[in-house]
Amino acid sequence: MPTIDLEVTPLRELNEMLHKLSEGSNDTHFRVLNPRGRHAIAAGVDAPVTVEIDGNAGYYCAGMNQQANIVVNGSAGVGLAENMMSGRVHVKGDASASAGATGCGGLIVIDGNASSRCFISARGIDVVVKGSVGHMSAFMAQAGRLVVLGDTGDALGDSIYEARLFVRGEPKSLGADCIEKPVRDEHKCELGKLLEDAGLAGDVDVSEFRRYGSARKLYNFHMDNLEAY
Amino acid sequence: MCGIVGLFLKSKELEPQLGSMMLGMLATMCDRGPDSAGFAVYGAGDQGHVKITVRATNPDFDFAELATQISDEICAPVEVAVRDTHAVFTVPAKSERAARDLIEATSDDVKVVGAGKRMEIYKEVGRPDSVGMRFHLEQMAGSHGIAHTRMATESAVTTNGAHPFSTGRDQCLVHNGSLSNHNSLRRELERKGLKFETENDTEVAAGYLTWRISEGDSLGQALEHSLSDLDGFYTFVVGTEDGFGVLRDPIACKPAVMAETDDYVAFGSEYRALAGLPGIENARVWEPTPATVYFWERH
Repeated sequence: MPTIDLEVTPLRELNEMLHKLSEGSNDTHFRVLNPRGRHAIAAGVDAPVTVEIDGNAGYYCAGMNQQANIVVNGSAGVGLAENMMSGRVHVKGDASASAGATGCGGLIVIDGNASSRCFISARGIDVVVKGSVGHMSAFMAQAGRLVVLGDTGDALGDSIYEARLFVRGEPKSLGADCIEKPVRDEHKCELGKLLEDAGLAGDVDVSEFRRYGSARKLYNFHMDNLEAY
Repeated sequence: MCGIVGLFLKSKELEPQLGSMMLGMLATMCDRGPDSAGFAVYGAGDQGHVKITVRATNPDFDFAELATQISDEICAPVEVAVRDTHAVFTVPAKSERAARDLIEATSDDVKVVGAGKRMEIYKEVGRPDSVGMRFHLEQMAGSHGIAHTRMATESAVTTNGAHPFSTGRDQCLVHNGSLSNHNSLRRELERKGLKFETENDTEVAAGYLTWRISEGDSLGQALEHSLSDLDGFYTFVVGTEDGFGVLRDPIACKPAVMAETDDYVAFGSEYRALAGLPGIENARVWEPTPATVYFWERH
C-alpha cells in the first residue's frame, strides 16, 4: 500500500500519481499522511482505488471524483467532492461549506456536520449527513438526494428543482418553493436503501424522517411570484 | 480574498511564544493575501501608561528625536521602541492627547496607527511573511493578537489600506470580504464628524464601530448593530484589551475556522493556518455560526 507523506512529497506529485492510475493498476489503496488542510487533495481521481487521508483536508478535497473511494479521517474544507461523478467519499469529521456542490453521482457520507450550502446545485449525487447542515443547503438542487439526520439551517431547498430531501430533525426554515411532501412507502424504501449504502442499516428508523421537495411554482415566470425570484 | 488569523492564549506559559506562533499562522495565509499584511499584539502594559504606535513613511525618520520632543512637551519621560518603519511610544496616560497632537503635527510622513494600554499595531505593504519578519513578530510576547493578509479589492495597495484598523483605545479590526454600502456609510459618518484617510471599505467599518461605541454601545452591541447597517460580505475579527471577537455576515461566504484547546483559542480563515499549532490534533475545531457575535476574553 503506497503511503504518501505530504510533508515530504509535494501534493502535485500525489495528485499526478493518482491521475495516472488506470483500471487494473496494482496499487489499489493509498494512504495520505499530514494533509494539514492542504487544498485539492485527491481531486480528479478516475480509478477504482481507495485513498485514505489521515487528518484534516482543505478545500476541494476529492473534487470531480470518479470511481474512487476516498476516506478522510478528519474534517474537510470548502467544496468537498465538488462536482463528483461517481464513487464514494466518507468524511469522519465535519465538512465546510458547499459539500457535494454540483455533484452528478456517487455518494458522500459525512459523520459530523456539514456547513452552509451543502448539496448546492446537486445534479444527481447522494449526500448523507449524520449531523446537521447549514443555511441554504440544497439551493437550486436539480437531482439526487440529501439525507440529514440532524437539523438544517435557514432556507433549506431554496429554488429547488427535482432533488429529494429527507430530514430527521428540524429545518430552521424552508427556502422559496420548497415544501414538505408526504412520505409514502416508496420513499421509505428509497431512503432505507440509501441509509444502507451509507452504512446505517438498522441504526436509523426511516419513519422518523420528513421529506421536502419542490412545489414547482417557480419553474416558469409568473407575475404573482415576482418577489420570490 | 484576504486571510485572517487570531490567537488568544489561555495559558500564561505560552505568552513568550505568541509572536512566533502568530508568524507561523500568518505565513500560511500568504496565498490568501499576498500584497500587504498587518498585525496587532497585546503585550505588556500598565494602568498609568498608554502605548502609541506610530508609523513613518520616510525610512530615515528619527523616532528618538520625536520621543525627546514629546518628553520635553509633556515634561515626563517617554520610552520609544523602534521596529523598522514603526515605533511604539509609551507615555503617561494623562499626557496621551498632548503626545498624539504633537506626533500628528510633526509631518505628513508620520501617522498614529493605534493606541492603547497593551495594543501595538504594525502594518506594511509586502508579502505577509516578510512583513512579519521585518517587525520581528516572532520575538513578540503577549496574551493575544490578530493578523491579516490582504488581497486588495476595494481600494489601492497602500500601507494605509492594510489592516488592522484601529477602532478605539486597545481596539482594532481586521476584515475579510467587501462591503457594498461603504461609500454611503462613509458620507453619513463624515457628517457625524469622523475622518477617513482612504477609500477603503474596512476603514469605514472600523469608523462605524468607533462611532457606535462613542454613542454608548459596547463592542458586542456595536457588532450586533453592524449586522443591520453594513451591507456586503465580511468576516470580522476585532482585537480588544482582553481578547478578541468574531462576527461573520449572515450569508457567510467568507470562511472562518476556530480551534480551542486548554491552552488557546485560535482563529484562521482556513484550517491550514491552524495546522501548525501545538496540540491541534486533539483541539475542538469548528466553524463560527453566521450572524453570531463571539468573544473570547481573559477575565
